[in-house]
Order: sequence, then structure tokens, then C-alpha cells
Amino acid sequence: MDAFLNQTIDAYYLRIMIIIGINIILALGLNLITGVTGQLSMGHAGFMSLGAYASAILSIQLDAPFALALLGGALVAAFFGFLIGIPTLRLEGDYLAMVTIGFAEIIRVFFLNFGPGGKAVGLSGIPQNTGFTVVWLLVLVVIILNRQLLTSRVGRSFYAIRENEIAAESCGINTTRVKVLAFTVGSLLGGLGGGLYSHYMYYINPQDFGFMKSIELLNMVVLGGMGSIPGTIIGVVLLTSLPEMLRIVDEYRLLFYGALLVILMIFRPNGLLGDVRIYDIKKWWGKKGGRGT
Amino acid sequence: MNILEMTKISEEFGGLRAVDNVSLSVLPREILGIIGPNGAGKTTLFNIITGIYVPTEGQLLFKERRIDGLAPHDIARLGIARTFQNIRLFGKLSVLDNVRVGRYGVTRSGFWSGLLRLPGGRREEKETELRAIELLELVGLADKRHEYAQYLAYGEQRRLEIVRALALDPSLLLLDEPGAGMNAGEKEELMAFVRSIRDQLELTIILVEHDMNLVMNICERIAVLNYGRKIAEGTPAQVKNDEQVIQSYLGAGV
Repeated sequence: MDAFLNQTIDAYYLRIMIIIGINIILALGLNLITGVTGQLSMGHAGFMSLGAYASAILSIQLDAPFALALLGGALVAAFFGFLIGIPTLRLEGDYLAMVTIGFAEIIRVFFLNFGPGGKAVGLSGIPQNTGFTVVWLLVLVVIILNRQLLTSRVGRSFYAIRENEIAAESCGINTTRVKVLAFTVGSLLGGLGGGLYSHYMYYINPQDFGFMKSIELLNMVVLGGMGSIPGTIIGVVLLTSLPEMLRIVDEYRLLFYGALLVILMIFRPNGLLGDVRIYDIKKWWGKKGGRGT
Repeated sequence: MNILEMTKISEEFGGLRAVDNVSLSVLPREILGIIGPNGAGKTTLFNIITGIYVPTEGQLLFKERRIDGLAPHDIARLGIARTFQNIRLFGKLSVLDNVRVGRYGVTRSGFWSGLLRLPGGRREEKETELRAIELLELVGLADKRHEYAQYLAYGEQRRLEIVRALALDPSLLLLDEPGAGMNAGEKEELMAFVRSIRDQLELTIILVEHDMNLVMNICERIAVLNYGRKIAEGTPAQVKNDEQVIQSYLGAGV
């Protein structure tokens, strides 16, 4: 399959599509934490780097099969998500954001000094196992499981916490536990995305997972629409391909990128699909040209 | 047997005694009103019963079981449901989902069951949905079940909040100013509704209210709070003629 794709599709586009796939997995993880459960996390790249390094080390040092390396990376990230979630999720809003930034920085500095991870030089020689098929199969699985979770009893409690924590408690939801759960699952996806990333790039460096990466992922979730799975996917596709398309304007690329973000946030403050549901679209369609959403 | 038994409950915030040495018994299937001027400690009392605050002193028994010190979600699961003075709905969830979340405390299916759509969880989901629609029909909101809760009219939001509380299959329901912001006609309707759910669902109801008319009409017993202390308790007629109550509501010398 991959060999066939390599022959038919231009390597440049194939690369963008693979990165879009990896970003979808990462962003859907962050969407669970920030978009759905409403816990502002600005350190998602930290979990990504945990997954990237853990799976890379498993592959290089222990010769682990690819699936096992990915799983290991995801589990390591989930474990740290769980560990950090317990004390920090008692904080709210800005405070949680600060703690998550701090945590991601700690991880980055840790890998800067971590011998088996190659320190500041980075880690190279990771087997390039990630291909189009693997990534998009995983994307499919992640989307389906995400959807099933979010329409279940536990998934609804995620949304309830975002909407009103006190009311959620009064409905019998153990909000602390549910928040830690959302954080753990989100971190797991962060780790999975990180593992795919390191096995695609075959070279990773602590700087790949800095603050800007966290913000980039957060942008995708916010721009697409907090809590919406299709929204997050659209956010990822736009924000991953836009910088590529803007290569025409060359050095003004980032300027345009920033301006586009500002414009989008003015006209769709809830994100592109933030409060759009299939039900609304159907209703709108039924009225034929009536008022939308 | 009293369904709820408060013994010498006090709550201090810094130097302020918001609730001062209040003892109160609630009988099964009665409608008890708690009235008092602003800042009398009515809502604080609700927050103590539902576990949002832990009382500084005193003890709280629900069905002969101590509940002071339990977390709010544990108390909810025991069967105490409430509404809020300032409506707290899940605005960006559909009306139906609001009620479904309300059933969280009485349903069991967990993370894996939801993630993998296991048959047990699916069965429970179906039951949850049926029950939710049944409850919504009770207040005439079934047709609007797919709307976002935040787009409902004010009166509808109040009703939805009550229905969400009922979804917990509670034995004790706390209503915090259910009639706030309603006109006379809507209040009539509300009173009839509160009575009907008490009869149909065999509930005990405590309500905090400012509107004397509403309270006098609907409650079988009334407790009056002032500055955190209970100053009177009895039937509406008794309370209406109580010296202290008249004083605290109308001022001395009337």
C-alpha cells in the first residue's frame, strides 16, 4: 500500500498528509482535555515528546516491534498525564494553563539533559516505520473511539464539567476523577501522536516539542471549534496546510498566518464548527435558506 | 422516621456565622419552605445539605445516615437532588443531554463500556434516553429536546433544571427559589407542578423562596431564618402570625 502511494503521489503532498494525520491524533487528544472537558492545557507538546522519546528508545535500544513501541510511548505519556493530573486538575483556568506550560518545559529540559535521549544533540537513527497507511488507519480508529466515548455516559460528563462544574457535581459526577480520566486519555493520544512523529522523522530533538508546538496544537482545537471532532479535524487540516500554501508569499508567511487567525477568530469566535451540529444543519436545510445555527 | 435531620448546624466564613445553630427535621413526603430576608443563610443551608460546604459544627443525617463531610457527588448519589438560584444548566448541551447527564448518578456504565459500546452500556443508554424523554414530557419540553439548553426561554430553563434534578430519581429535592423571575401565572403553574411531582414521585421537597404567597400556598411547614438563626417553624398560619417573623420582615414597631 505504502509503496504504491509513494509511486503515485508526490512525496511533498504525501508528507503533508502524513503530518496532518499525526496532528489529528495529537489535536483530538488535546480536544478531549481542553475542548470537551474545558481544562485549558498549554503543554500538550510535553506529552507528545514523552511518547516520541519513549517509543524511539524502545525501538532503538530494545529493538521493539513498531506496534509495541507506539503502545509503550502512549502508555508512558498516559501515565505521566495521570500523575500530573491528580494534583493539577484541582486548579482552574489560567492556573492550570500555567502549570501545564511549566510541566512541558520541565520535560523539555529533562530531555535536553537525558543521556539515552541524546541530550541537546537529539536522537537519531529511529527506524522510519510510520507511513501513510499506519497513520490514517490509526486516525480512523481514534476518531471512531473518540466519537463513541463522547456520546456515552462518561463522555457526556466531560462536557458537563466544561459547562458547569458545580451542576455536574450535583448530578453525581465525581468531577476530579472524571477530569483526571479526560487528561489521561488526552495524554495517551498525545503520546501516540509523538510516537508516530518520531518514527516518521527518524530524528527528534527537544526543541521540536517546545512551547510553540503546544500553542500550535491549541490553535487547531480552538480554531476548529472547542469540543467538536469534525471541527478539530478541519482546524488541523487548515493550520497544517495553510503555512505550506502561504509559501508563495515567502517571508511574509507568518504574518499572513497570524492575520488569518485573527480574522477567523473575529468572525467565528467559537471556532469554525464550535456550536454547529448535524441537527442544526438538518433544521437549516429543512427551512431552505432560513437562518443558520 | 425523619428523612433529613439537622442538628445544631453552624457554618462560619471567617468571622461571619452564616448559619448559626440551626436544627431542623424534615418529614418524608412533605413540602417544607425555608424563608427569610436576604442573607439569612437559606442558600448556605442548601449548600451544606448538598455537600458544597462542610458544616463547621453540628451533624446532618439523611435517612439515618451521616452525610456531613461527604463530597457533593456522593450525596447526590444517595438521592438528594437540587436546583440552583441562578440557573446552572449545561448551556451547550442539548435539552435531552442535560437530563441524561442528570441520570449520571443512578447509572453505572463506565469508560470502557462507553468507548467500546459494550452491550450492557448500550442497554443502559436506551433506558436513560427513554426515562429522560418521559421526564421531559412531564414539563412539555420533549419537543425541544434537541435544542441547546441555553436557547430555551427563561421559564423553560427553570423547568429543565427541575427535570434534570428529577432524573436522579431523588427522594429529597431541594429547590432554590424556583419561582424567581416568574410572573403570577407561571408561579401558579409551578406550584401545581411541584405538588404533582411530590405526589407522583413520592418526593420530599424543601424549597427556598422569597415570594410569600407561593410559600404559604404550597408548603405544609415553614421554617424562618434570620441572620443565620432559625426564628420560627410551623404551619403557614402559625408562621404568618409569629411576632419575630413579622418583625424581621416588616421591621419593629408595626
